[in-house]
Amino acid sequence: MLLNLYRSLRSYRGFILGSVKREFQSRYRNSLFGALWTVLNPLSMIVVYTVIFSQIMRARLPGVEDGLAYSVYLCAGLLTWGLFSEITLRSQSMFLENANLLKKISFPRICLPVIVLLNAGINFAIILGLFLGFLLITGRLPGMALLALVPLLALQVMFSAGLGMILGVLNVFFRDVGQFFGILLQFWFWLTPIVYPMSILPEGIQRVLALNPLTALMHSYQNVFLYNQWPDWNSLTPVLVIGLLFCVMGLRLFRQRVGEMVDEL
Amino acid sequence: MGTIRVTGLGKAYKQYPNRWSRLIEWLVPFSRPRHEQHWVLQGVDFEIPAGEAVGIVGVNGAGKSTLLKMITGTTQPTCGQIHLQGRVAALLELGMGFHPDFTGRQNAFMAGQLLGMQVEEIEALMPEIEGFAEIGEAIDQPVRTYSSGMQMRLAFSVATARRPDILIVDEALSVGDAYFQHKSFERIRSFRRAGTTLLIVSHDRSAIQSICDTAILLEKGRMAMHGKPEEVMDYYNAMLAEREGQIVRQEMLANGQVQTISGTGEATIHSVRLLDQRQRSVEVAEVGQPMVLEVQVDVRQDIERLVLGFMIKDRLGQAIYGINTHRLDQALTDLHAGERVTYRFAFPMRLGKGNYSVALSLSRLDSHLDRNFEWRDYGLVFHVINNRQEDFVGCSWLEAQTSITRSSETSGQPQAPEIAP
Repeated sequence: MLLNLYRSLRSYRGFILGSVKREFQSRYRNSLFGALWTVLNPLSMIVVYTVIFSQIMRARLPGVEDGLAYSVYLCAGLLTWGLFSEITLRSQSMFLENANLLKKISFPRICLPVIVLLNAGINFAIILGLFLGFLLITGRLPGMALLALVPLLALQVMFSAGLGMILGVLNVFFRDVGQFFGILLQFWFWLTPIVYPMSILPEGIQRVLALNPLTALMHSYQNVFLYNQWPDWNSLTPVLVIGLLFCVMGLRLFRQRVGEMVDEL
Repeated sequence: MGTIRVTGLGKAYKQYPNRWSRLIEWLVPFSRPRHEQHWVLQGVDFEIPAGEAVGIVGVNGAGKSTLLKMITGTTQPTCGQIHLQGRVAALLELGMGFHPDFTGRQNAFMAGQLLGMQVEEIEALMPEIEGFAEIGEAIDQPVRTYSSGMQMRLAFSVATARRPDILIVDEALSVGDAYFQHKSFERIRSFRRAGTTLLIVSHDRSAIQSICDTAILLEKGRMAMHGKPEEVMDYYNAMLAEREGQIVRQEMLANGQVQTISGTGEATIHSVRLLDQRQRSVEVAEVGQPMVLEVQVDVRQDIERLVLGFMIKDRLGQAIYGINTHRLDQALTDLHAGERVTYRFAFPMRLGKGNYSVALSLSRLDSHLDRNFEWRDYGLVFHVINNRQEDFVGCSWLEAQTSITRSSETSGQPQAPEIAP
């Protein structure tokens, strides 16, 4: 089955790469500043959070004194969260958005999630590049621990893609899923230590947050960028297990329902 | 390459009584099915050998599109199997997936990729695509500036850039101007000559009859008929006119052709004859010969108004000439049971050589769709031969008068040609 998926992806690689390119182009086709908007969006968010939390509310990271450290902490979480939310949100609507295509043209449906992943990957790569540039300029570039980003990101993409696939298929049959996940994502964001550090929370709530699989992941990113620390791999086991589970469930759901899906669109 | 085999094909849509029942069906293990199946297509079996052209006809909602969608693979069948050999191209929704902000060229690449082609392949085909679409410089303009005809030209050119083994055509072809319609039809014909299997859905009788080897009639999701295009189209036509109390029957004629007769029977056709100048009944006519078509009608019940129509069709069933007494202002009124009416239509036989048939209709008004007393295909079959006139081609003798003027280039204005009487 996986081999079949791979084969159809291979023979439609032209379509996949073309779609990714076109989506990237079309987003900025009629805009003057083009790709700049990809950067300005998260940048404005970072500025807002930095100003509010670090300047106005005087939030300080324990053990670190300068104000810039908080910005780095924020970016580490915010940028990777952006990748997660883009993949899940786009996957969730990918079948509905392409309803016309699905109904009229016969092509391997598995292309759609792959296109979503590649697009999100490109956007993230741009932002990550800028962030690394910023770290380099301010002399905060972490060392070898940066290599940990590769497995961390792979883990995160797998988790997001599996979840996204489940949501995408379910959303075709039950449109409530899309609405619900939008709300859930809001809560999920604030229940993950991205804007605030875990340590400022009371003990009890910390234990609740530890149940969130993304907490460990965010924690790892923040340690890499802020302290050049390798992640505690054991803490990532839940993400790995849940991520794998999502992928298996997502693929199964996709395979079972892909035919029926067209009838519902 | 190019065979299509369909066995026991059926498609049903799931209908859930309410929105929650699907969720219950999904979540409760071993739950009984909570949906009803709504069958739109059932028990379809046919096999199309490579290189054959098949027309699919049927009223709206008969399941034609569903059948095509299943064959192209966009919709999955509920039961049954489809075996296809070779590359399939579908002209179902031309221009689907065109992005308005991209240029025609970019969209052509996109459409090609959607068909599974690689960039290099499309690049190689691009000059040919541009050439066929004939939209000129516009190819590098955004598609939003295109007219729908231009979009359709481009889409058709991309979809047919490579000859497929199986080509599936929906009525989409009726889009575009007459010039491009001809051009695209010619391309389809050339594919067919090269061995492409063709599957066409159309309501256009002449399109089906001129290009197809066989036709399939779908009725309420089932295959009602699979046979020669003329027979199927005649049956379909009769079916369209079918009303309460009407009968449709098909009879095999001596020459092997199938005659379709339908109608309510208040008036019936007694005899049809083709007469020459000496009032002899003939089956062969010379080009240009004055002929009389004589039709005798029996009135079985009192009817207030009667219109007789006849239509001469060529061997492919395409209409050559048709007229009725309504359009001739000769409709009869207040007819009584037991009357016999004899009609005579005199005309010179200005047709090309070949076989022709005459279809007849008896109705109340101009169209046989209102009250159809009788509709009869193959009421008469005759041959036209050409021993006396010049040896022309085509189905119509226009009796061209010729005048030719020769002049040397330097001699200025040519003289006005004299037209021979």
